[in-house]
Amino acid sequence: MLWYTGRRLLQLIPVFFGATFLIYFMVFALPGDPVAALFGDKTPSPAVIEAIRAEYNLDQPFIVQYLLYIGGLFTGDLGTTFSGRPVVDELIRAFPITFRLAMLALLFEAVAGIVVGLIAGLRKGKLFDTSALVVSLLLISVPTFVIGFLLQYVFGIQLGLFRTTVSSQAPWDELVLPAIVLASVSFAYIVRLTRASVSENSSADFVRTASAKGLTRGRVVTVHILRNSLVPVVTYLGVDIGSLMVGAIVTEGIFNIQGVGGTVYRAITLGEGPTVVSFVAVMVIIFMIANLLVDLLYALLDPRIRYAK
Amino acid sequence: MTDTSTRPETAGTASSSTPLLEIKGLKIGFKTQAGYVDAVRGVDLTIRQGESLAIVGESGSGKSTTATSIIDLLPGTGEVTGGQILFEGKDLTKVSASEMQAIRGRDIGYVPQDPMSNLNPVWSIGFQVEEAIRANGVATGKQAVRQRAVDVLKEAGLNDAGDRLKQFPHQFSGGMRQRVLIGIGLSSRPKLLIADEPTSALDVTVQRRILDHLETLTRDYGTSVLFITHDLGLAAERAEKLVVMYKGRVVESGPSQEILANPQHPYTQRLVAAAPSLASQRIQSSIAPTHSHGLAISDEGADDAELIARARQREEAGKKDSEYISVTNLSKVYKIRQGGFKTTDLRAVDDVSFSIPRGTTMALVGESGSGKSTVAKLVLQLESITSGTVSVDGQSVGALKGRDLFDFRRRVQPVFQDPYGSLDPMYSVGNTIAEPLVTHGIGDRSSRQARVRELLDQVSLPASTVNRYPNELSGGQRQRIAVARALALKPDVIVLDEAVSALDVLVQGQILDLLTDLQTELGLTYLFITHDLAVVRLIADNVSVMQKGRVVEAGTTDDIFANPAQQYTRELLEAIPGANFEFGR
Amino acid sequence: MPSNDSSALSADHFVADLDETPVKAVDAIDESEKPRSSWNDAWDAMKRRPTFWIAAFLIVVVIVVALFPGLFTSVSPTAADLPRSNEGPSAGHLLGFTFQGTDVFARIVWGTRASLTVGLIATIIVTVVGIVIGSLAGFYGGWLDAVVSRIGDIFFAIPTVLGAIVLMSILPTRTPLTVALVLSVFAWPQIARVMRGSVLSARAADYVTASAALGVSRFRILVRHVVPNAITPVIVVATVSLGTFIVAEATLSFLGIGLPPSTMSWGNDINAARNSLRVAPMPLFWPAAALSVTVLSFLLMGDVVRDALDPKARARR
Repeated sequence: MLWYTGRRLLQLIPVFFGATFLIYFMVFALPGDPVAALFGDKTPSPAVIEAIRAEYNLDQPFIVQYLLYIGGLFTGDLGTTFSGRPVVDELIRAFPITFRLAMLALLFEAVAGIVVGLIAGLRKGKLFDTSALVVSLLLISVPTFVIGFLLQYVFGIQLGLFRTTVSSQAPWDELVLPAIVLASVSFAYIVRLTRASVSENSSADFVRTASAKGLTRGRVVTVHILRNSLVPVVTYLGVDIGSLMVGAIVTEGIFNIQGVGGTVYRAITLGEGPTVVSFVAVMVIIFMIANLLVDLLYALLDPRIRYAK
Repeated sequence: MTDTSTRPETAGTASSSTPLLEIKGLKIGFKTQAGYVDAVRGVDLTIRQGESLAIVGESGSGKSTTATSIIDLLPGTGEVTGGQILFEGKDLTKVSASEMQAIRGRDIGYVPQDPMSNLNPVWSIGFQVEEAIRANGVATGKQAVRQRAVDVLKEAGLNDAGDRLKQFPHQFSGGMRQRVLIGIGLSSRPKLLIADEPTSALDVTVQRRILDHLETLTRDYGTSVLFITHDLGLAAERAEKLVVMYKGRVVESGPSQEILANPQHPYTQRLVAAAPSLASQRIQSSIAPTHSHGLAISDEGADDAELIARARQREEAGKKDSEYISVTNLSKVYKIRQGGFKTTDLRAVDDVSFSIPRGTTMALVGESGSGKSTVAKLVLQLESITSGTVSVDGQSVGALKGRDLFDFRRRVQPVFQDPYGSLDPMYSVGNTIAEPLVTHGIGDRSSRQARVRELLDQVSLPASTVNRYPNELSGGQRQRIAVARALALKPDVIVLDEAVSALDVLVQGQILDLLTDLQTELGLTYLFITHDLAVVRLIADNVSVMQKGRVVEAGTTDDIFANPAQQYTRELLEAIPGANFEFGR
Repeated sequence: MPSNDSSALSADHFVADLDETPVKAVDAIDESEKPRSSWNDAWDAMKRRPTFWIAAFLIVVVIVVALFPGLFTSVSPTAADLPRSNEGPSAGHLLGFTFQGTDVFARIVWGTRASLTVGLIATIIVTVVGIVIGSLAGFYGGWLDAVVSRIGDIFFAIPTVLGAIVLMSILPTRTPLTVALVLSVFAWPQIARVMRGSVLSARAADYVTASAALGVSRFRILVRHVVPNAITPVIVVATVSLGTFIVAEATLSFLGIGLPPSTMSWGNDINAARNSLRVAPMPLFWPAAALSVTVLSFLLMGDVVRDALDPKARARR
C-alpha cells in the first residue's frame, strides 16, 4: 500500500507542474499583451497596471515568471485581487463555505445515487429501472444552472420553502437547496454507473457461487454485488470533483453564496482576469489532490491494485 | 416412490429405496433476443445415496443448465417450465426462496468451473470461507468459525492455513483456488455435491490431483456427487453412472462401464469413437499420399534412367528432409520489471532442441508456463530469438530481415487456439482468406477469388461462406477458415497453437481428420502445440515434452506412450482422464 | 473394443428413442440465411428499439431547424417590440415575448444553429484527435505512449469548463468556432483514453497476430484491423459528448464568457432572461427546454448505440 501511494505521488509531480504551467502559459504566453487581455474591455489605471506587472514579474523571461509564480504558490503568495486583497485571504475565508456545500452535495449524490442505482440494477427492465433511467437522462440533459433557476423559482419563489439567496455565513440548512442543485447532474451519472455495475455483477460467477453457498439474498446483494459495484463509482467520484467545482461556480452564482465558486463567478462577470486565474489554479490543485485521495480509496477497495507490482 | 415426507433426513438415515435426487421430465427455457429457446427438453435422472453420476455432453447440450437448475441458480432469463426435481422426495421447483436458501450449501453443495471468476476478488479467502460456514450453521461464534475455516483449508491440502486466510484470491494459484472452492462446497458435509466441470480450467497434472482429492473427501463423508463434464474419459473414470445429453435431451444413460463398452445410441457411439482419451492410435488419412519429400511418388511411365535419378533425388531429399525443421539450443529470455527499477530475467525457453522430418507432425506438449507457445512464436518469427537457431529447410530464420523475412512468411503459417479471436469480426470470410494473397501481391482479383473458393473447398466449406462473417459461424467453422487462410500461400509448415483445444469433442475430431487429410494431400509439416496428451495420440508422429522451458523427454508417439522414461511424462500420461479405464469389464 | 451387442444391456441402461433424438450432421452451415456482419446485427438490434426512432427523429428535427430556420418561423428573431416586453403567448407568437420584446419562439429556432455548431465542431475535433492519438499511443506503446499519456494527464487535470473559463477570459474574439476549439483543448484526453484502452484490448487479439505472421506491416494492421474493432466505445462517447458540449456552451454563455450576446444561442437567451425570472419565468425556461430536449436526444442515441454494439449483450452461439 505504501508503495502504491508513493508511486501515485510521484506520478502527480509532473502533472502538477504541467497543469500549472499550462494555465500560466495560456494566460501569459499567448500573443498579445497579457495585462490588456486579463482586463478585457476595461482599462485600469497606470498604477494598477504597474502593480500587476510587478506582481506577475512580466518583465522577466517567461520561464522565470512561471517559476516565481510557483514559488509564490508554495509560500502562500497567490497574488492580489482587483480590490487589493490578497487572494490567499479570500481563499481562506471562502473555502470553508464551498467545502460545506461540496460535502453536502457529495453526500446527497453518493447516498441517493448508489441506492437508486442499486435498486434499478437489481430490477432491470422493470418500472423503477426505466423511471430511474429517464430521470437521470433528464438531469444530465438539463444544465446545472437551469436546474438551479428551476428549483430556485419553484421552491424559493413560488412555494417559499427555501431562501432564494444564501446569507454570508452560509449555515448548513441554507445550503441544502443549492447542494441538491449542485449534486443533480452527478447524481444522475452515479445512478447510471451503479446501475450498469450492479447489473453486470449480478450475473457474475462469484455471485452465483455466493448464492450456492447458502447465503441470504440480502447478504449476496450487499456484501458481494454492491461491494464490487462500488469500485467504478469511486473512480468516477474523482472525475466528478472537477465537475462539482465548475458546478459550484454556477450554483454559488445563482444563489449568491460567498464561497470560492461565488468569488470566481463575480470575478468572471466583472472581468477580473487575475483573480480568475489565481482561483482556477488553486482549484486545479485541489482537483489533483482529490483525485489522488480517490485513487488511494480505490486501492483500499480493490486489493488487486494494492498488490500489483 | 411414495415417500412424501417433507422433513429432510440426515445422511445415513434415509431409506435406501428413496433416491437422493430424482429429476423427472425437466424442461427449462430461456428468453433471448431471438425469442424463446428450449435448453432442456425433458430430462430424467436418478442419483441414490452415496452414488456418483456424470452428465456428459457437448456445449449446448443443456448439462450445465440442468445442474444449476437443481439449486435454482439459472441466469436471470432462464426458468423451469415443466417437470420435477425431487430432492429426498421434496420438489425443489416448488419450494420457497428461504427453503431453497437453507438447502443450498447445507444439503447440496456446489463446485463451479472457473476458480478465478468464482471467487470474489475483493474479499479475503478466509472471509469467503467463514461466510459459508456461518451461513450453513456449521459453527457459531467467532472462534469456532475461524477454527472451522482453518480446518476446511487444511482438508483442502493447504498448509499454513492460518496465514492463508488473510490472503486474496489473486494470490493463490488456480489449483489452490479450486481446492478452496471444493472445501467451501463440502464445508457442511452436504448430501449431494454438484461439480460443474470442476477441473477443466486447470493444468492437466493438477486436474488428477484435484479429482483424487475430491473423491477421497466425498467417499469419507458419504456425499453423492453429480459431475458435469464434456470429457467421456473423465466421466467413466469418476462416476458409476453416466447420462449422455444431446440438444437438451438424454440420449443414453446407465452404468458408465457398460455405456462405454456398448454404446447404443448413434450420438454416444460418435462420442466414444471421437474421445481422444480413449483413443489408441493415430488418425489415418483417407487419401493416398501423392508426394513424399516433395517429390511425386508414382513412377508410372518413367524409364530406367529416370527411375535411378529419381531414386537418388529421393535419397538426398530424404536426408535433408529428416530435419526439415531444426531447432538447436533455442533460448528466449524476457526481461520482467519488478517493483521499482529492477528487472529479472524470465527464461521462457531454455536450450530447446528438436527436429521435425518433412511431412510429419511433431507435438510440443506441456502445461501452462512450459514455454511451448513461445517456441511456436519463435519458429514463426513473431518474437526474436535470444540464442540458438531455428532452421527451416536448411535456412536459418533468426537472422532474416526485411524482404527475406517477408518471403519466409509464405512458408510458415499459424493457426491459433481461440476460434472467436483469430478472425477479424469486421472482415468477411472471403476477405480474411484473401488477405495473405493481397499482402503478398499474388494474382489479380479474379484469380484470388478463384483461389479463395478452392481453399474453402479444401476445408470442406460451401462456396457461399465467402460472404459470411465470423459472428455467424460456429467454433469449428471458424477454425476451418483459419486453416484455409493458413493454406492460402501454399506454405510448407503450419504451426498449430492449441488449435483444437477450445472445440467440442466431435468438432475437434472433424478438424483433426481434416488436418490429417490436408497433410497427406499437400505434404505439409505440422508443429502441433498442445497441453492435451490425449490429442497427441491422435495426431502426432513425434512428441517433445516440455516443462518450465526445457525439453524433458522426446521420442515417437508410440515410444512415449508405451515407455515414458521421465517422471513428469509419466505424470502427464496418468493425468489423462480415462487412462486407467478398461473396456469390456 | 466396444461392441454394439444390444442383448448384453443391463436393466439400468436407457437408450432414447431415435425418432425423438435425431442426430444432426456435425457442425453444418445453415445456408438459408443472408450473410450478416456484426454491423448488420447491431443495426437490427437498434431498429427494434422505439427509443432509437424517437432519438433519431428529434436529432433530424434539430438539424433541419439549424440548417433552415426560415422554414419554421417567419417572425424575425431580432425584431424588438419593447411595449410587449415579457408578454405571454398570443396569436402568431406561440411562446410569448422576451424582456427585450423579441419573439421567444423565433429566437429559439434561430438560436439552434449556433448552439448546435459549437457542439458539432467540438465533437468532430475531439473525436478525430482522440482517435489518432489514442490509437497511436495504445498500439505502439513505449515512449510514445508514456509521453502522450502524461500530456493527456496534464490536460485532463484541468476540468474542461474551468480551463475554458480561463481561455475564454483571455481570447479577444468569440465565435462559435473559438468556443468549440477552446472546449476541445481540454476535452480531448477523455476520448484519447477511451480509444487507447480499446486499442490495447484489440491489439492482443489473435487476428492481429495472424496478420503479423502473414507479413502485413504494423501500420496497416493498426489501420485495417485494430482501429475498426476498437472504435465502437468511442462512437458511444462521442455521441454523448455532443450533448455535453452543447450544455458546456450554454454554461459559458450563462457566465458571460461564451458566445457574445450578439450571437443568438440558447445559452445567451437563458442568460438574458434571468433578471426577470420572478415576473416572467417562461422566457428562461423555453430555451432551456429546447436545449434539454436536444441534449436528451443525443444522450438517448448514445445509449441505444452502446447497447446495440455491446458484445456482452449480443447472444453468442
